[in-house]
Amino acid sequence: MVMSAGRVDSRVHGNVAIVRKLAFGALGLVLLIASGASFYRHRHLEEPVVLSAGVTEVKRLGEYFEGVRGTVNDCNVYVFEGEEAGATMMVIGGTHPEEPAARLAAWLFAENAVMEQGRLIVVLSANRSATTVTRVGGAYPPDFTIPTDWGERTFRMGDRWSNPLDQWPDPEVYIHYPSRQNLAYVDIRNLNRTWPGRSNGTLTERTTYALMELIRREEVDVFIDLHEAELQYPVISTIVAHDSGEELATFVSMMLSDEEFSMGMEYSPKNLHGLSHREVGDYSEAMSLLFEAPEPFLDATRGRTTREQLLTGRDEFVVKAGEHGLLFEQIDEHGWPIDVRVGRHTSAVLMTMESWTELYPDRPLRCRGVPRYAAVIERGVGHWLRDPSMADAGRVVTE
Amino acid sequence: MALLQTLITTIYYGLIAYVVLILVWNLVRTRKWQNEVLYVIVLIPFLLRLFRLK
Repeated sequence: MVMSAGRVDSRVHGNVAIVRKLAFGALGLVLLIASGASFYRHRHLEEPVVLSAGVTEVKRLGEYFEGVRGTVNDCNVYVFEGEEAGATMMVIGGTHPEEPAARLAAWLFAENAVMEQGRLIVVLSANRSATTVTRVGGAYPPDFTIPTDWGERTFRMGDRWSNPLDQWPDPEVYIHYPSRQNLAYVDIRNLNRTWPGRSNGTLTERTTYALMELIRREEVDVFIDLHEAELQYPVISTIVAHDSGEELATFVSMMLSDEEFSMGMEYSPKNLHGLSHREVGDYSEAMSLLFEAPEPFLDATRGRTTREQLLTGRDEFVVKAGEHGLLFEQIDEHGWPIDVRVGRHTSAVLMTMESWTELYPDRPLRCRGVPRYAAVIERGVGHWLRDPSMADAGRVVTE
Repeated sequence: MALLQTLITTIYYGLIAYVVLILVWNLVRTRKWQNEVLYVIVLIPFLLRLFRLK
């Protein structure tokens, strides 16, 4: 049987089309696997924590409220019982995991702190969900690596908001509970806009509710929320204090500015709701403070968003913005290295303990083992990160 | 609130699966190579979400 020329031509074209579709499909599959593997690695990267000799117990947030038990936000809670009695301080990092110095400063406490007087409670990943995603369209690096004396340690880079995979959809307008203040829709996934939380709310609201339960049940006296801020944001290099913590914050600000580095102090606005410095103070007995360190990586005018920029805090475009008077903090070609930012936080926390003890000598807080500002800058953050392979298996946990 | 979110999320993933099927169907049916490239590229974020990777 002889096939017509037209039918042969049609069959050849059909075969070519199938091969072409398969080729494009295979190319798409390669892109899907490559990007999917990168996202999966980021979401599941395990971060070891080598427990300091001072850690007496590692709890889970779910122990304080079952609404977060077993979820991505059922984070570790590190408890340091002091050798002598005293007050209780709680320090949280990872409220906004795109502010890595906050997590790293808390990490230095988890791996080094020993409480001589009083009790310390540390959380490294207050919003663990937000550590598993970076800003969509922001081209953030998925992780960053800190060189140490024994090698290196890699950490997840995160976002300001909970991962949409864990909490979705966002409403048109976010109505804060219980104030009913209208906030930006996306901030329903912002841990620092959902305090004091809601037991039957979203994952982020349930997380702040669980943290509030922890604060109330453990009778926390001083609560510190560690952050970083872009240099174009007016609340920077400062302590934001609830009314009940004004005297303490003023004392800390004066002492730090006199002895180590310039640190401001601001009052928590009474009519701005959902933030830890307002709601933790209003809904518990704790004095609530929030510390801000400068992070050029977050500035809208930054250049390429890279791991190097994240760690060095150097950016010529942010420097240029400073030359035009657009910044609320100084910056030059030396930038704001991660060591400086972490050192500011460790010193600020230690100074808060010392100032508290001055003000309330009958309930002291005294800690050893954690480096101050000058020491962190001199030796680098990595010097105080321990080698998990050299630690007892029972003294290593993952975040 | 949590129940409503779960309901909407379930519907959302159903919609994503439906869009994926439509895109694959169009990819098979189209005769223009430019459209084939377009459908493949558009499919990727839908599949990433469907597989809960991003």
